[in-house]
Amino acid sequence: MGTYNMDLCNCIEPPWPADELLMKYQYISDFFIALAYFSIPLELIYFVKKSAVFPYRWVLVQFGAFIVLCGATHLINLWTFTMHTRTVAVVMTTAKILTAVVSCATALMLVHIIPDLLSVKTRELFLKNKAAELDREMGLIRTQEETGRHVRMLTHEIRSTLDRHTILKTTLVELGRTLGLEECALWMPTRTGLELHLSYTLRHQNPVGFTVPIQLPVINQVFNTSRAVKISPNSPVARLRPAGKYMPGEVVAVRVPLLHLSNFQIHDWPELSTKRYALMVLMLPSDSARQWHVHELELVEVVADQVAVALSHAAILEESMRARDLLMEQNVALDLARREAETAVRARNDFLAVMNHEMRTPMHAIIALSSLLQETELTPEQRLMVETILKSSNILATLINDVLDLSRLEDGSLQLEIGTFSLHSLFREALNLIKPVASVKKLYVTLSLSPDLPEYAVGDEKRLMQVVLNVVGNAVKFTKEGGISISAFVAKAESLRDPRAPDFFPIPSDNHFYLRVEVKDTGSGVNPQDTPKLFMKFVQSQPLAAKNSSGSGLGLAICKRFVNLMEGQIRIESEGLGRGSTAIFIVKLGIPGRSTESELSFIHKGPGIQAKPNFSGLKVVVVDENSVGRMVTRGLLVHLGCDVLAVASGDECIRVVTHEHKVVFLDVTLPGTESFEVAVRIHEKFAKRPDRPIIVALTGNTDRTTKENCLRVGMAGVILKPVSLDKMRSVLSDLLEHGYLVESQ
Amino acid sequence: MEVDQLQRSFLEYSRLLFHEGFLDGQFSQLQLLQDESNPDFVFEVVSLFFEDSERLLNDLTIALDQQNVDFKKIDAHVHQLKGSSSSIGAQRVKNVCIAFRNFCDEQNVEGCLRCLQQVKQEYLLVKTKLEAQLRLEQQIVAAGGAIPMLNEFC
Repeated sequence: MGTYNMDLCNCIEPPWPADELLMKYQYISDFFIALAYFSIPLELIYFVKKSAVFPYRWVLVQFGAFIVLCGATHLINLWTFTMHTRTVAVVMTTAKILTAVVSCATALMLVHIIPDLLSVKTRELFLKNKAAELDREMGLIRTQEETGRHVRMLTHEIRSTLDRHTILKTTLVELGRTLGLEECALWMPTRTGLELHLSYTLRHQNPVGFTVPIQLPVINQVFNTSRAVKISPNSPVARLRPAGKYMPGEVVAVRVPLLHLSNFQIHDWPELSTKRYALMVLMLPSDSARQWHVHELELVEVVADQVAVALSHAAILEESMRARDLLMEQNVALDLARREAETAVRARNDFLAVMNHEMRTPMHAIIALSSLLQETELTPEQRLMVETILKSSNILATLINDVLDLSRLEDGSLQLEIGTFSLHSLFREALNLIKPVASVKKLYVTLSLSPDLPEYAVGDEKRLMQVVLNVVGNAVKFTKEGGISISAFVAKAESLRDPRAPDFFPIPSDNHFYLRVEVKDTGSGVNPQDTPKLFMKFVQSQPLAAKNSSGSGLGLAICKRFVNLMEGQIRIESEGLGRGSTAIFIVKLGIPGRSTESELSFIHKGPGIQAKPNFSGLKVVVVDENSVGRMVTRGLLVHLGCDVLAVASGDECIRVVTHEHKVVFLDVTLPGTESFEVAVRIHEKFAKRPDRPIIVALTGNTDRTTKENCLRVGMAGVILKPVSLDKMRSVLSDLLEHGYLVESQ
Repeated sequence: MEVDQLQRSFLEYSRLLFHEGFLDGQFSQLQLLQDESNPDFVFEVVSLFFEDSERLLNDLTIALDQQNVDFKKIDAHVHQLKGSSSSIGAQRVKNVCIAFRNFCDEQNVEGCLRCLQQVKQEYLLVKTKLEAQLRLEQQIVAAGGAIPMLNEFC
């Protein structure tokens, strides 16, 4: 046996002599190692498959390969204990080589891998901590959300009503429920603001009237901050429960601002400048060892604010409801008053309308018949009586008219009757009307019309006349000696703005002018303090006036109304009693021809027709011995446009008179019957001619014999000297129209 | 002097004359008759009045100086004077004339003489006043203004 066998089978012998036992053990160990080495990768594969997360798969693969190869090596080692072929040895060697390679590679790899694996572990720890933290925060958020929900619910409850009482009660109830309070109370400031009064509590149904002074330090502490403040359970505001053997729970107090409407600025948050706060006290249940948590305190603060707002809303609502009720009441009252006033006005107007007619009719009858009576034959006593009757009825008629006018003026139903009229003749007529009265009292009256006063004006002639007459009549009435002077002129712009009439703002324009009339009298004057009263109804300022007053006191009031209607102003100035007075009025009148009104209505009134009737070229003869008189009469007639032949004697007249002369003015102040002879001779000269001249006598005598004689000799009429321009004008018109004088002038 | 002021002085003066009875409404009638076609009417009439009156006063003085007073003639003269003065509106002169005539009717020489004296005085007064007024008028016209008027009164 020897090597010769070995060479032939190509087998390898183990280096040492085989020990049976040792070899057995080795054989078994190798077997188990191989087993293990094969199962471990399987297990690894299994677990790797299970977990998808493991990032180092290829490391595992490497490791697996290493283990497998190691196992393979050990497995193959099993065959090397006995005689084995060369193939086996080769395989064994290959396996060992591979294993070496892989294991070295793995060893090198692990150097890189293990730090990474370690850091993974650290990260894992870190994430775990983070997770714990987040959990904590989640818990907090959830709590806060709970709180928010509570607040919303509370607010909803509180704001769902606008009733103060309900708001407060609900607050306490809900707070008590949410926070699990034992007691909750609200202290309101009293009216004086010096004390707090226990107004609402949760548990007590009817809180007893506890009050505490507002200046306690604990209260000040709470009022000075907007946060909820923990206070001692022993403070007076917190001693709400009867002291028991229990340990009282923690108490928190918070201020509730009582806001007023004025606290809400448009652009700012409500200024807590109000000093009024209420105090809300919340007590945790006693013996519960509960503490006030931050979120609970926050809840309380929020609720306190909400309550403040809700209360102010309630207050506003109350206010507006009250105001609305008040307004409704007032409306109803006003409506009633208006209807009553309307009824009253209607009743008065009806009354006036009836009275107007009813009163005027008998008045007219009285006045007319008394006038007629005056014309008949009466004894002096009878005449006196009739005159008194007439005077009194005139006064009464004026009074009736005044009252009716004033009523119509007052309710604004009076309208001016606008027309074109002559200013000059208005004043002259007024003058003529006042002359008799003034001359009886031996007063002079002068009239001065400024040259720039327009001849015609547009306005209410009748009412303006009334005003002028009233003012002038007043002046005459209160003047015992001296006289009246009337002046009228166009008011200039500067003089319109009178410092004495500050509320008069005339606006000059092209179509209008302002007529200013001043009536100055030397009469009894007026106390300057009384001047405004003069224009008030029924006021008689002087007791003396009562003796000789024949007015109702309405005259000036009516004047003022008319003047106001004419957009003007009237006042009386006086320096004092006994110093006379001046009545000044300004009215607005239109300028005819320039206004845009449709027609100019021409109202002719009284003597002195201003539309100059055409006397131009009218041939007349004037006979007057007196050179001055002759010249004056001639001048009159020339001014009227006549063609005048003036002669000094009757004889000359007869010589020069022709049929062309229409009128002969014969002055009969010639003593004797000369003038009458002249008339007779003129008649003879033109006997049987239809166009013989009209003869008119001019005389200074007023006696009836002269008049009768004139008429007997065929004169057309008698004119009393001195002759005014207007008189001459109307005489001429009369003569031309009628051929004789309608009434002797 | 301003036209305004002149006019105002004129008005005041006129008012005064009326107030004191020297002139009456007839004078303002005369003023009315003065216009562009007759610009000096008042002046002419007044001058005529002065002439006339002076002549009459002379005649009256002579007539009353006579031994045998002819009341008829005096009456006629006074009548004339009355007529003139009333035509021009010289009120006071006219009033004295009326009184004068009464004395004539009574044939009272004393009374007549007294009246004559009075008439002369009144005439002189009214003459002075009228002349002053005419001067004012001339001044106004020279200054380019219009003569304001006291239109009517009683």
